Amino acid sequence: MSGNFDRTLSREDVLRRRASLLQRLHIDGLLLVLLLMLAAGSLFILYSASGKNWDLVIKQATSFGLGLGAMLVIAQFEPRFMARWVPLGYLAVVALLVAVEVVGHTAMGATRWINIPGVIRFQPSEFMKIIMPMTIAWYLSSRSLPPSIKHTAISLSLILVPFVLILKQPDLGTSLLILASGAFVLFIGGLRWRWIIGAVTAIVPIAVAMWYFVLHNYQKQRVLTFLDPESDPLGTGWNIIQSKAAIGSGGVFGKGWLAGTQSHLDFLPESHTDFIIAVLAEEFGLVGVCLLLLVYGLLITRGLVITVQAQTLFGKLLAGALTMTFFVYVFVNIGMVSGLLPVVGVPLPFISYGGTSLVTLLSGFGVLMSIHTHRKWIAQV
Amino acid sequence: MPQPIQLKDHEKDAVLVRRRVIVGLVFVLLLIGVLVSRMYYLQVVQFEHHSTLSENNRVHVQPIPPNRGLIFDRKGRVIADNRPSFSLTVTRERAGDWKTVLDGVVEVLELSEEERGLFEKRVLQGRRPFEPVPIMYELSEEQIARIAVNQFRLPGVEVAAQLVRHYPQGPHFAHSVGYVGRINEQELKQLDPVNYSGTHHVGKTGIEKFYEDELHGQVGYEEVETNARGRVLRVLKRTDPIPGKDITLSLDLDLQEAAEAALGGRRGAIVALLPSTGEVVAMVSQPSFNPNLFVTGISFKDYGELRDSIDRPLFNRVLRGLYPPGSTIKPMMAVAGLDAGVITPSSRVFDPGFFQLPNVKHKYRNWNRNGDGWVDLDLAIARSNDTYFYDMAHKLGVDRMHEYMTRFGLGQRVSLDMHEETAGLMPSRDWKRARYRQPWYPGETVILGIGQGYMQATPLQLAQATALVATRGKWIRPHLARSVGSEAPVDHDPVPDIQLRDPRFWDYATHGMEQVLHGARGTARKVGDSAAYRIAGKSGTAQVVAIRQGEKYDSAKLAERHRDHALFVAFAPVHDPQIAVAVMVENGESGSGVAAPVAKQVMDAWLLNEGGVLKPEFAPPLTAEGKKP
Repeated sequence: MSGNFDRTLSREDVLRRRASLLQRLHIDGLLLVLLLMLAAGSLFILYSASGKNWDLVIKQATSFGLGLGAMLVIAQFEPRFMARWVPLGYLAVVALLVAVEVVGHTAMGATRWINIPGVIRFQPSEFMKIIMPMTIAWYLSSRSLPPSIKHTAISLSLILVPFVLILKQPDLGTSLLILASGAFVLFIGGLRWRWIIGAVTAIVPIAVAMWYFVLHNYQKQRVLTFLDPESDPLGTGWNIIQSKAAIGSGGVFGKGWLAGTQSHLDFLPESHTDFIIAVLAEEFGLVGVCLLLLVYGLLITRGLVITVQAQTLFGKLLAGALTMTFFVYVFVNIGMVSGLLPVVGVPLPFISYGGTSLVTLLSGFGVLMSIHTHRKWIAQV
Repeated sequence: MPQPIQLKDHEKDAVLVRRRVIVGLVFVLLLIGVLVSRMYYLQVVQFEHHSTLSENNRVHVQPIPPNRGLIFDRKGRVIADNRPSFSLTVTRERAGDWKTVLDGVVEVLELSEEERGLFEKRVLQGRRPFEPVPIMYELSEEQIARIAVNQFRLPGVEVAAQLVRHYPQGPHFAHSVGYVGRINEQELKQLDPVNYSGTHHVGKTGIEKFYEDELHGQVGYEEVETNARGRVLRVLKRTDPIPGKDITLSLDLDLQEAAEAALGGRRGAIVALLPSTGEVVAMVSQPSFNPNLFVTGISFKDYGELRDSIDRPLFNRVLRGLYPPGSTIKPMMAVAGLDAGVITPSSRVFDPGFFQLPNVKHKYRNWNRNGDGWVDLDLAIARSNDTYFYDMAHKLGVDRMHEYMTRFGLGQRVSLDMHEETAGLMPSRDWKRARYRQPWYPGETVILGIGQGYMQATPLQLAQATALVATRGKWIRPHLARSVGSEAPVDHDPVPDIQLRDPRFWDYATHGMEQVLHGARGTARKVGDSAAYRIAGKSGTAQVVAIRQGEKYDSAKLAERHRDHALFVAFAPVHDPQIAVAVMVENGESGSGVAAPVAKQVMDAWLLNEGGVLKPEFAPPLTAEGKKP
C-alpha cells in the first residue's frame, strides 16, 4: 500500500466523519427529516380526526418519542451483530407465537396478546414484522444468488410457520404483511422470474378449483363480501361507503382543517385509526393526499437507494425488503379505505393512531439507518 | 480479507439486487399512480356526487329485519305469529345529551326510576352508530299521544311500529314451542352481527331456539338519505329481507288440550307420539306459564313468582324431568331377557314375596308381600311382579342390561329437535367407577331390573322406549317439527333399529302389556275394561323419598309432595299401534290407578270419534274383526 493512497483515504474518512454529527450518531438525515414531517402531519390530522382530543394527540406524540428512541438505539447496532442474533430471535418469536396459540389472551374475538398481568401485554406478531425479513436475509446472504430450489423452499417454510400461526389468531392483515416481508427478500435476492410467474399462474387454477369443489356456500359468501365489501352495507361495507363519501367530498383542495363533516359526526368509524386517510382526504383534498404520497414516495426511494448502496448482501436484502414492505402498508391501507382493496386491518404508517405500530415501523427505519451508516469505507475501495 | 471468488460473487449479487430494486421502484411508482388516479376519480370525477351526499344529506344504511317464520300445529292452527306493536326508540347520536332525553321520556310518561335504569341499560346495548334502540315496547294509545305532543323536546326519540312475537295459544305450548326474548349480551357475541342488525329478539327455548336459524330469515337493508335531523328523504337502494321459514309442528292443539284436561289440574307430564313416524302429537308439562310474558321483557315481579313457585311452572318435566322409570321399564327388560336367552316365554319363577341373592340375607321385596306364586313372563308383566324381574336382572347382569336399555334410548338424548332434552342416566360399571370410584355391586343389578336404583329417564324417553315396542324396534327419533319451510326435518344421526334374534319376542312383551289392561289379574284392568279398543300398557311408580329396609310405604304418613310419582306408558290399538303415550303424574302414587286413566283419555281423544268408537282409519280391517284371543 502506497503512502499516497493511505493519505487520501484518511482524509476522506476524516472529511466524512466531520461532515456530519448525524453520521456519528448513525442517523440518516434525509430519512429523519421525512419521518419528522410525517410525525408532525400525523399529529395535525389526529387532532382533527379524534374530535380535538388532546389526550390522544399527546399519547401519539409520546409514542413518536418512544419510537424515535427505539430507532436511535437500533441504529447503533451493526448489521453484522443483528445477523448473528437473528436465528435465535426468530426461534424466540415463533415460540412466543405458539405460546399465544396455547395460553394467549383473547380480546375482540382474536387471540393475539400475551398477557402477564401487571407486568406486560404485547403482541408477538409485531416483532415478527422485523424479525421475518431479517431471518430470510440472514439465510440467503450466505447462499449463492439467485436462490436455488432448495434454498427457496427452506425460505418459504421459514416464512410459512409464523404466517400460519398469525393467520390462526386470526389476524389476516398482519399475517399477509409478514408473508410479504419475507417474500420481498426472495424477490430482491433475485428469485427467478419464471418461478414468480409460475407461482402466480398456479394460484389461479387452484383458487378456481377451491371455489367449485371445496368451499361451502356460506364460505363463498364470506369471500365475496371480503372482495366486495359494499355488497354488505351493514357490516364492513358501512365503513367503505362512508369513507368513500368522506374522501370524495373533499374535492381538490379539501374542506379545510377541522372542517370535515363526514368524519366528525361519527359517520366514519375508526376515523383515527385505520380509516384516518379519509379524514385527511376530506379536509385537505387531493392536494393533501398527493403531498402525503410524495413524502411516502421519497421515503421509499431513499430506502431503495440505501439498498443499492449497502455493502453486505445481508444489508441489501434486508433494506430492500423493509422498504418494499413499508410500501405495501401504504398501498393496502389507502387502497382499502378508498374501496380498491378488501378490508384488512392495516394501519396507515405513521399517520394512524396506535403506539405499537409506530414503534415497530420506526424500529424498521432504525435498521435501515444502521445498514446505511455502518458501511466500512475501506472495503468500498 | 475476502477471497477473489467471493469478491466476484459480491459484484454479481450487487448487480442482481440493483436490477430487482429498479423493478421494485417501477412497481411502487405504478401503484402510487393507481392510488392517485383512484383519489382523482373519487375527489374530482365523482366530487359532485359525494359532496351532495355529504353536505346536505347523510347516507344511512338501515337494516330491515326479516319477518320471523310462523309456527302452526298439525292442522294449520297458529301457535306463534307476529303482531304489530308500537315501541319507543332512542337514537343516541341524534338525541344529543341522551340521558337528559331519557329523563324527559320518564317525566312525560310518568314512569318510575327503576324503568329509567332499564332504559339506560337498553340504550347502551345499541350496536351501530345511528341505530334506533327500542327501550319500551307495547306503547298504549295514550303514551303514543303523549310522546307526540312532547316530541319537540325529545330529540332522537321516535315511536316505531314493529312486529313482535305473539303466542295466541298462551300456556299450551310454552314447554314445546318455547318463546323468544330480547337478545342479551351473551347471545350478541354468538349471533351474526350483520344478519341480526335489525333484530331485537331471538329464540330462547324450545322450537323457537332449536330452529332459530330457519325461523329468523335473512336481513334486508335500505340505503337512505336523511337530512340533518335524521328524517328520511329518499331511499337510494333497497334489498328486501328474506322472511324466516314457517314451521308446521306435529303437535295437535285438540289433543294437547285433551291431554291437559286429562291431567285435571295435577302436576305432571304427558307425551304422546305416533310410533310409525316419530311425530310428537301432544307434549304436556303442567303447570305451564304464559310465554307472551317473556317476549317484551318480563317484569321482575312476574318472573320471581314463576321462578319461586313451589309448583315449578318453568320446569320442563317432559324433557328435563328425570324419574326412575320403575316398572314401566319391565316390558323392555323382558325383551332384553328373551333376546339374551336368560328367560323364555314359558320359563317360570317362584315368588314367595321377595327375592334373595345367593348367600345374601337382604330381601328384595315384591310389591305384593304375599307373593304371586309361580310366575311366567306373561303374568310377570301383567302383575308387574318384581321377583321375576329381580331374578331376570340377576341372570342378565348389568353389562347386558346397559347394552339393551341403551338401544331403547335410555341414558341418551333421543329427540331430533328438542333443545332442552337431557340425557338421563343408564348406569354401567364404567359409569359407577367414574362417578363414585366404586365397583358395581350385584344388589344394584337386581334393583335395576325393576327400573330402580341409579337409572333415570325423562317422560320422552319412556314414550320413545314404549313406541319402540310398538314398532318392533324401528327407530325414528321423536320430533316436533313436521316441516320447516317445505322440507321435513332430516335426522343426521339416526339410531340403528333394534334387531332381535327372533322377532316374536316383541309379541311376548306386547302380549304381557296387553294383559296389564285386559287380563284377569292385570294391574290396570279397571282401565282396560272400559276401553273401546285393545291397549298395551305398563304402570310404574317413581320413588320420591327412599324407604328403609323393613319399613312400609305408608302414604298417609308422607307429606303430599313426598308421595311417589305415578307413571304409565301405553300404546294402542294393539293390532296396529297408532299412538304411544307416557304419563307422569307428580305425587300421583298409583301408576295404574292415577296415571293409566290419564293415558287412556289421551288415547281416546286421538283414536275415537264423537260417538266413542274407533275412527274408521284406525279400525281393524273387517276380516280381522272380533276380539283377539
